[in-house]
Amino acid sequence: MSDFIISNGTIVDPVDGYFGPGAIVVKKGKIAEVIKSKSMPKGDIDASGLLVCPGLVDIHVHFREPGFEYKETIESGAKAAAAGGFTSVACMPNTDPPLDNQETIKFVVEKAQKAVVNVYPIGCLTKGQKGQELAEIADMQQAGAVAFTDDGHGVQNGMIMRRAMEYCKMLDAIPISHCEFNDLADSGVANESYVTAKLGLKGNSRIAEELMIAREIMLAEITGAKVHIAHVSTAGGAELIKNAKKKKLPVTAETCPHYFTLDDGMLESYDTNFKVNPPLRTQKDVNAIKKAIAAGIFDCIVTDHAPHAYDEKQLEFDYAPSGIIGLETSVGLVSTQLVHEDVIDWPTAIKLLSYNPAQILNLPAGTLAVDAYADITLIDPDLEWTVTNDDFRSLSKNSPYIGMNLIGRPVKTFVAGKLVFDLKA
Amino acid sequence: MNLKSPHLLQLEGVPAEDINLILDTAVTLKEILDRPIKKVPTLRHITVLNLFFEPSTRTKISFELAEKRLSADSVSFAKATSAVVKGETLLDTIWNIEAMKIDMIVIRHSVSGTPHFVARNCDSNVINAGDGTHEHPSQGLLDMFTMREKYGKIKDLRVVIVGDVKHSRVARSNIWGLKTLGTSVAVCGPSTLLPFEVEQMGIDVYTKIEEALEGADVVNVLRLQKERQSAGLLPSLREYSNNFCITKERLKYLNKNYTVMHPGPMNRGTEISSEVADGPDSVILPQVTNGVAVRMAVLYLLSGGVGKIE
Repeated sequence: MSDFIISNGTIVDPVDGYFGPGAIVVKKGKIAEVIKSKSMPKGDIDASGLLVCPGLVDIHVHFREPGFEYKETIESGAKAAAAGGFTSVACMPNTDPPLDNQETIKFVVEKAQKAVVNVYPIGCLTKGQKGQELAEIADMQQAGAVAFTDDGHGVQNGMIMRRAMEYCKMLDAIPISHCEFNDLADSGVANESYVTAKLGLKGNSRIAEELMIAREIMLAEITGAKVHIAHVSTAGGAELIKNAKKKKLPVTAETCPHYFTLDDGMLESYDTNFKVNPPLRTQKDVNAIKKAIAAGIFDCIVTDHAPHAYDEKQLEFDYAPSGIIGLETSVGLVSTQLVHEDVIDWPTAIKLLSYNPAQILNLPAGTLAVDAYADITLIDPDLEWTVTNDDFRSLSKNSPYIGMNLIGRPVKTFVAGKLVFDLKA
Repeated sequence: MNLKSPHLLQLEGVPAEDINLILDTAVTLKEILDRPIKKVPTLRHITVLNLFFEPSTRTKISFELAEKRLSADSVSFAKATSAVVKGETLLDTIWNIEAMKIDMIVIRHSVSGTPHFVARNCDSNVINAGDGTHEHPSQGLLDMFTMREKYGKIKDLRVVIVGDVKHSRVARSNIWGLKTLGTSVAVCGPSTLLPFEVEQMGIDVYTKIEEALEGADVVNVLRLQKERQSAGLLPSLREYSNNFCITKERLKYLNKNYTVMHPGPMNRGTEISSEVADGPDSVILPQVTNGVAVRMAVLYLLSGGVGKIE
C-alpha cells in the first residue's frame, strides 16, 4: 500500500503550527498533499480521535551494534523506535569497536538499510572516544555520519573540544557534547544530594555537568562553532542554555523524559533501573526542566535509549551499568507529564519530538511538507495504558516505568508510506 | 511479638516499638552469655548463611557466636574462596546456596544497598551486617543497647558522633536509630568528611570539636581510614588528630557522667587517644559483648520469635 489517504484525524504540523482537522494524501511513499480543513476526501485510514504527526525523530539512541548485540541490534532497536512512533533515529558511537572511522560508519549504514525505520550513525569526536586525538570526522561524514560525539564520556580536555568544534564548523558538521567532568563527578553513581548522603551512594555533583555545559557555551562563543548539548538534567544546566540562547549563540540542547518525570528519591529502593547518567536529579531539577521545556529553552526531547540486558542490571548498585530504555515510553511520558499537565501543547510537543531534532542534525525528517517521505505517526492522545515488561520490542527491558499508567500512545507508524508499526496488530 | 519487617536492612524507618523490642529481647539473651553453658536450643531449626564480601573480624565473629549461642546451624563464606572470584554474580551465588535450604542471610558488602537488592531477590530473612557507606544496623542497635544499659533510658541523652561521618555506616545507623528514640544527635568532623546536605538529617552539625562535645553525654568516635589522606580529603592524619582526636583534655567539655564509645577497629592516637580508649569511661569492650546479645535478639526475632529462650 504505497498510495493511501489518512483522514478524519487531527493534523499536527510543527512547521506552520497547524493543529486541526485534515487529511494526508500519500503517493509512492511520499506526501502528495496535506489538506488542512474540515472538508476532506474519504480516507483509506480513519484517524478519528488520533493525532496525525510527522514521524518522530530521536537523535540520541544507543543501538549497541557492533559489539553488544545481546543488548540491542539495529534491527531490534528500529522495531522499538517504530513502536514508539519514531521514524528516524540517530545512534550513538559507543559501540565495540566504537564508530570512529569510515568502515564502522559504513557498517551501520549498511545494517540500517534493513531496519524498519531510518537509522543514522553518529561518529566519535575523538579516536576511540579517548578524548585525545580527533577522529576522522570528514571521512565519517562522507560515509554518512550525521553528527559527532564521545557520548558516554565528557571530553575532558578543553583544547581538544575547542579543536573538535572548530573542525566540525569547517565541515558544517555538528558536535554533540556529553557534559561531565570526571574529576567533579568523582565516580559518583547518583546525584549528589541529601539522597546520596542518606543512602551512602557516591554522589555525582551537578556541577560536573554544568561546568562543562558552561565551557561548551564559551567555546561556541569564541569560535562561532555550533555545539549541541546532550541530555541536560539540572536546573543550572537549563539556566546556562537559556542564557546562551539569549546571546544568540549557536548552541542547541536536549533533555530526556526521565529528567522531567523522575527524581533521585526513586533510588531509595536501590533499584538499578533508576541508575542512569547523568543521574536522576532532585525534584527541584525536575520542576526546572519542565519549566524550561515550557519556556522553549530546549530544542528537542530525546530518549537516550540505553538498553542493557536484565542480568547486567541485576547487580549490586555500583556495578550495574547506567542507562534506561526510552523509545517505547517517550510519547506516553511527554503526553502524560507535559501535555496532559498543561506544560506544553501538542504542536509544541511534536515539534520537540520531530521537526526540531531533525533540523539540528539536518535530517530529511520531521515534516509534513509535500514531497517529503511519508514518515507519519498516528498518536492516540487519550489512550490509557500500563507499561509492561512484555510490551517492549527492545531486546532489553531496563525501564523504570514498568507498571506505570500513562495516557497517550502511538498507534500506527509509517516510514516512507509503509506501515512499520500497528498497535492493534 | 514480632518485628514489622522480615529483614533488618537499615534503622532508617524502623519504628521505635521494633527497636525497643530488639533491645528488650537482648537484655534477656545477654544473661545467657554469663552462664557456664552459654547455649540455648532456641534456633536449632534455623540455618544461617554468613556472607562477608568485605574483611571483617569482630562483626563476623559476633554474628557467628550469636548464631552458635542460639544453636542455629551456620555456614560462613569468604569472598576469596568462593565462586565470586570465578565471575559468578552475587545472585547466582545466593540462589545456589539458598537451594541448599537456608533460612537467613547475614551479609556484609562494600556496595551500599546490596542487602536490599538481595532481600528483593531471595526468600531468606536478610540481615545487613554493613553495606558500603550506608548502614550497619546491628552496630547501631548495640550502641543504643550499651547507652541504655548505662543510663537506663536514652531518650534524653545528647550523643555526638565524631569523625568520618561521610563514609560511616555506623554513623548513619546511629543517627536514625537514636533519632527514632528521641535522642538528641550531633555530628562533628572536618567538612570534607561530612556528607553533602547532612544537616537535612535533622541533626546538629559541627566542625569544631569543643563546641560539639559541649554538654554531650555520649561521644561515639568513628574510625578514620588512613586512605582518606591520599584521597585528598585530609591534609594529614596529624592535622586531623590535632583537631578531632578525642583526648583526655577534650573530655572536660562533656557532661559529668559521660561515656566514650568506638565501633572498632581503633586507630589509637589518630581518632582516639589510648588514655581515653582504655580509660574508666570507655565502654568499647562492653560494646563488643553487647554486640553478641543484640545480634542474638535480631536473629531470634527475625526467625519469628518462636521457640522458648530458656
